[in-house]
Amino acid sequence: MSETGNPAPARHMPKALRRFDPAVATAFGCILLLLVVGSIYSTSFLSPEYLLQQLKVASFLGVIATGMMLVVLLGQIDLSVPWTVSAGAMMACAAAAYGEAGVILAIPFGVLCGVLIGLVNGIGVAYLRIPSMIITLATNAVAQGLMVVYTGGFSPQDSAPEAMRWLATGFLVPGVPNAVVVWALVGAATVFALTRTTFGRSVYAIGNRESAAYLSGIRTRRITLIAFAVCGGLNAFGGVLLAGYASKAAQSMGDAYLLPAIAAVVLGGTSILGGRGSYLGTVAGVILITLLQSILSVMQMPEAGRQITYGIVIVAMLLLYGRTPAVR
Amino acid sequence: MSEWRYWYAEQRGTLLALAIFILMFVIYTANHPAGFSANVVQTAANKGVLLAFVAMAQTLVVLTAGIDLSVGMIFLLTNCLASWIVLGNPFETALGVIGVLLAGLLCGALNGAIVIYGRLQPIVATIATGAVYFGIALLLRPTPGGSVNEDLADVLTGRIFGVVPTSLATLLVVVLVVWVPFSRSVLGRAAYASGSSEVSAYMSGMPIRRAKFAAYTLAGLLAAIGGLFLTFFTYTGEAAYASGNAYTLFSIAAVVLGGVSLFGGRGSVIGAIFGALAFRTIGDLLFVFDFDPLWQPLFQGVVLLVAVSLGAFGLFRVRNRLEWFG
Repeated sequence: MSETGNPAPARHMPKALRRFDPAVATAFGCILLLLVVGSIYSTSFLSPEYLLQQLKVASFLGVIATGMMLVVLLGQIDLSVPWTVSAGAMMACAAAAYGEAGVILAIPFGVLCGVLIGLVNGIGVAYLRIPSMIITLATNAVAQGLMVVYTGGFSPQDSAPEAMRWLATGFLVPGVPNAVVVWALVGAATVFALTRTTFGRSVYAIGNRESAAYLSGIRTRRITLIAFAVCGGLNAFGGVLLAGYASKAAQSMGDAYLLPAIAAVVLGGTSILGGRGSYLGTVAGVILITLLQSILSVMQMPEAGRQITYGIVIVAMLLLYGRTPAVR
Repeated sequence: MSEWRYWYAEQRGTLLALAIFILMFVIYTANHPAGFSANVVQTAANKGVLLAFVAMAQTLVVLTAGIDLSVGMIFLLTNCLASWIVLGNPFETALGVIGVLLAGLLCGALNGAIVIYGRLQPIVATIATGAVYFGIALLLRPTPGGSVNEDLADVLTGRIFGVVPTSLATLLVVVLVVWVPFSRSVLGRAAYASGSSEVSAYMSGMPIRRAKFAAYTLAGLLAAIGGLFLTFFTYTGEAAYASGNAYTLFSIAAVVLGGVSLFGGRGSVIGAIFGALAFRTIGDLLFVFDFDPLWQPLFQGVVLLVAVSLGAFGLFRVRNRLEWFG
């Protein structure tokens, strides 16, 4: 049930240190390493403007990875990220085209579409007991099909309303982009839900052993359903933010977020088998992935090289601390 | 009589897939403007065989209770590689084909090594290696292009004696050369055993690591054969991310339709082949009924969703709710 590390650290260590997950520490170490490498490569890498810009870019991935983390904590996975993100963005932009009311309801409507996709996933996983990997791939295909039919195969023409652009690029607090504030709020809510509510404790319990959680009276199916719905909603919300950032939705805007979202969660020390992981780790994973992407693009690495580096870094880091125990 | 019952119980998924395929294919040809002709069958076979190879690859891994989300990317990578090296005189072409198959084997072996000896979860590991393979494919073919030995391509996509599509014959040969020996070997049995219960297989002294490694490696080989065939059909290599993803997704759909259990240990490659052919035919049904092609992704998605939901019927037989948690 504990959200800290798996190999129980030595008893004599101070409490603060004992609570610190080695995986999270490794992730933060890698962030420092990337910053050092980046600053050697370019002097402007450590400037506050650049770092703040990185944080803003990271916040889109951060919101999406939050949803992914909830589902991974249950021991499930959500592969419907690409088209949930796109559907959220497209539907929000589409709603905005319907006059005054549409503009006001654009963001809630986009998120609602994501929640609906998440509900289908949740019903499939919790009530029909279909492996999450399969049902989410299927809903991804259905969402893609719906969006292709809706847009006629082209990128939609509707542009993002003012409110969405403000949410992604505006400044409510001087100097801090709104997207970062949004991520901080989402993160704070998640930390509260995971550590201070029965819902959060149930999520960890189900991830550890679902049958035990069921026998101790947790309504496991309902919790799973809610987690998937929240995950879908957060994915769509990430899409809404992205559409606000790019000021319009695009067909394949979500494709680039599936692998980074899973990678961020797993690199942050959350066990892919569920039941273990902290939000701090996910934050570290998100920043790590974003910095890596940023360094690769500063080095003007072509897309091919980026994909290869990406895959290798993820496998290498998982080999460092993400291994499952051997069969005995 | 009881022998037959066992055989039926084991092959039920495969037979169901065969039945679905025959039904769909009859509907398809009955409504096709050209009817049931050698040409129609050849085109359908050529499209279906591509997916069948990728689905066979997926089956081998799924039997061991794993999953390979990089099959589509191996398929793309070998397609791009083939568009460079399967060229020239017969000797060079043969070397090129061997090179492509070796590349597939290598990709599969890398997956296997990471999943089995690195002990990473197959989902995450193969998504990551899939990114690597896609990157290499993109390096090989930044823009679509290249060419292939057209004589060989025409032979393999044509018809034998003007009747039987060569691609179907090749599929049969691959089944006989790869699947039949594997499924009857100790490794093949161990792959099934580790899929149905890894701990029991380990306790019985089965070579589970070697069996799983062989399954992943052969999956790479089969995906490479698929990539080779894609090159023969299109004469070019193209690294299209969406297409690789689609093949991975469809391979899982074909495996499910083919009666292979996603929890491992049940099903066969033959079922997956019929699943793949059935899935392709279902997708093409829209064309003979003159629907807008825009509806095809949605239609295929819904078919997939329904197909995976069918597995939930098993829940009605569950007496004790604890069985939900397997």
